[in-house]
Amino acid sequence: MEFLNTSIGRKIVMAVTGLSMVLFAVVHLIGNSTIFVGPSGINAYAEHLHSMPLPIIMLFRAIMLALFVVHIVYAIQLTIENRGGRPTDYAVKATRKATFASENMIWTGLLLLAFVVYHLLHFTFRATPGLTLVNDAAGHFNVFAMVASSFSSIAGAGIYAVAMVVLFLHLYHGIQSLFQTFGLANGNTLPTITKAGALVALVLFVGFLAIPMSILFGIIKG
Amino acid sequence: MSDHKTMTINLVVWRQKNANDTGKFENYTVKGITEHHSFLEMLDVLNEDLIKAGKQPVAFDHDCREGICGMCSQVINGMPHGGQERTTVCQLHMRKFHDGDTIYIEPWRARAFPIVKDLVVDREALDKIIQAGGYTSCHTGGVPDGNAILIPKPAADEAMDAAECIGCGACVAGCPNGAAMLFTGAKVSQFAVLPQGKAEAKTRVTNMVQAMKDCGFGNCTNHYECMAACPKGINVKFIARMNREYLKAQF
Ligand code: HEM
Ligand code: SF4
Ligand code: FES
Repeated sequence: MEFLNTSIGRKIVMAVTGLSMVLFAVVHLIGNSTIFVGPSGINAYAEHLHSMPLPIIMLFRAIMLALFVVHIVYAIQLTIENRGGRPTDYAVKATRKATFASENMIWTGLLLLAFVVYHLLHFTFRATPGLTLVNDAAGHFNVFAMVASSFSSIAGAGIYAVAMVVLFLHLYHGIQSLFQTFGLANGNTLPTITKAGALVALVLFVGFLAIPMSILFGIIKG
Repeated sequence: MSDHKTMTINLVVWRQKNANDTGKFENYTVKGITEHHSFLEMLDVLNEDLIKAGKQPVAFDHDCREGICGMCSQVINGMPHGGQERTTVCQLHMRKFHDGDTIYIEPWRARAFPIVKDLVVDREALDKIIQAGGYTSCHTGGVPDGNAILIPKPAADEAMDAAECIGCGACVAGCPNGAAMLFTGAKVSQFAVLPQGKAEAKTRVTNMVQAMKDCGFGNCTNHYECMAACPKGINVKFIARMNREYLKAQF
């Protein structure tokens, strides 16, 4: 399709997939915050998710995987093309609007890829060592015990903390960028959109970070 | 001119014989520069010295020297046109610099703009984008009645803001991806908001976006460096409008 061969078309694909993943992250955070209720909260939430019909769960996973793969493939392709757009750098670098976040989207993105792989091995496939895998009194899998066992060490919580810094950087640039890509911004609204995007990125950062930190510092207990 | 204080400026200038030469920086010292010299006049002084010494003068583009033609094109200390807001190189003055300053001068750098010589680059790629759709097709001949086509004032203002673009290419030079989105966005927008431009809106945006790719420009990653580089203050809202026009053209 011609649309997918032009720069704007591909950017729009990146923005659609990026936005979908941001929305997923928001819902994921809301769901995960049931952990602040204590073991019963998150265990009930996990039970609720797993009680959904298997085809629906698998369909959802397939869609997430597709979004992720498409976003990464286009990200790599666009980045390679863009490096070629200016083959020689200036002797004096004096950028004025670009940010650390905007200049490192491919690296924060690839770090997120590494994190997501780790995160899935960790809590979805439960394949990483040192996890507490037990059932609760009612015979259901104890998600809280698993999460608590991983975040009670500095290393376990630290990986997630670093990953959330990376996510913050990616979304600090990414959220306002997608509005511009969709053509939803204009001269008056872009500054506000930029601040709002940074705020959403910050809320996701603080929210996700709160979980490992609360367990590490014993604020949430079993 | 009452002020006879002069400056000595150290220049580090990109010299390249032709497109195939690898090119390198050369150091020069120019003396006797006053605050009233424009940047290009300062280079004229340097070139006089070089010619007297039997050396090749530094080739650079310029024409109107009053900020309207879009020919002058130099990256000064890493900033296209030198970084003064809404100012082309020809309108930049030496009062912005100090005695003893070292100034780096480089050509526009982008894959789509091959270097011709020294600081001169070939910006034909921008013409190719215009040829792909930066016009309206209409019959020439009898002059239409004034106000036969009514245009709301805000639309006219918006079109004029976009039409301020002088096609200098600083946006491309400033873009880390060598993208021409600000230039093309301005050109697409100046027609998109006017009734005369609506008839060919779809083919225009489709063909101009395709031409950007064919010419070897990079993709936009919304760094907004183009807007900082633009001597005419073209806003990135015109990129958003082009994206919108491009989406609309799909249906
Ligand atoms: C997993 C590997 C990932 C890679 C390699 C990656 C890479 C990139 C790159 C290179 C861009 C383009 C930068 C730009 O146009 O300014 C981008 C944009 C974006 N990314 Fe990612 N990313 C990844 C994951 C994610 C995730 C997990 C999210 C959301 C939670 C996300 C959200 C976004 C958003 C919202 C944009 C802006 C889209 C636009 O303006 O067109 N990305 N990504
Ligand atoms: S948009 Fe600005 S920087 Fe780009 S070509 Fe037009 S006048 Fe020059
Ligand atoms: S020489 Fe015409 S704009 Fe500078």
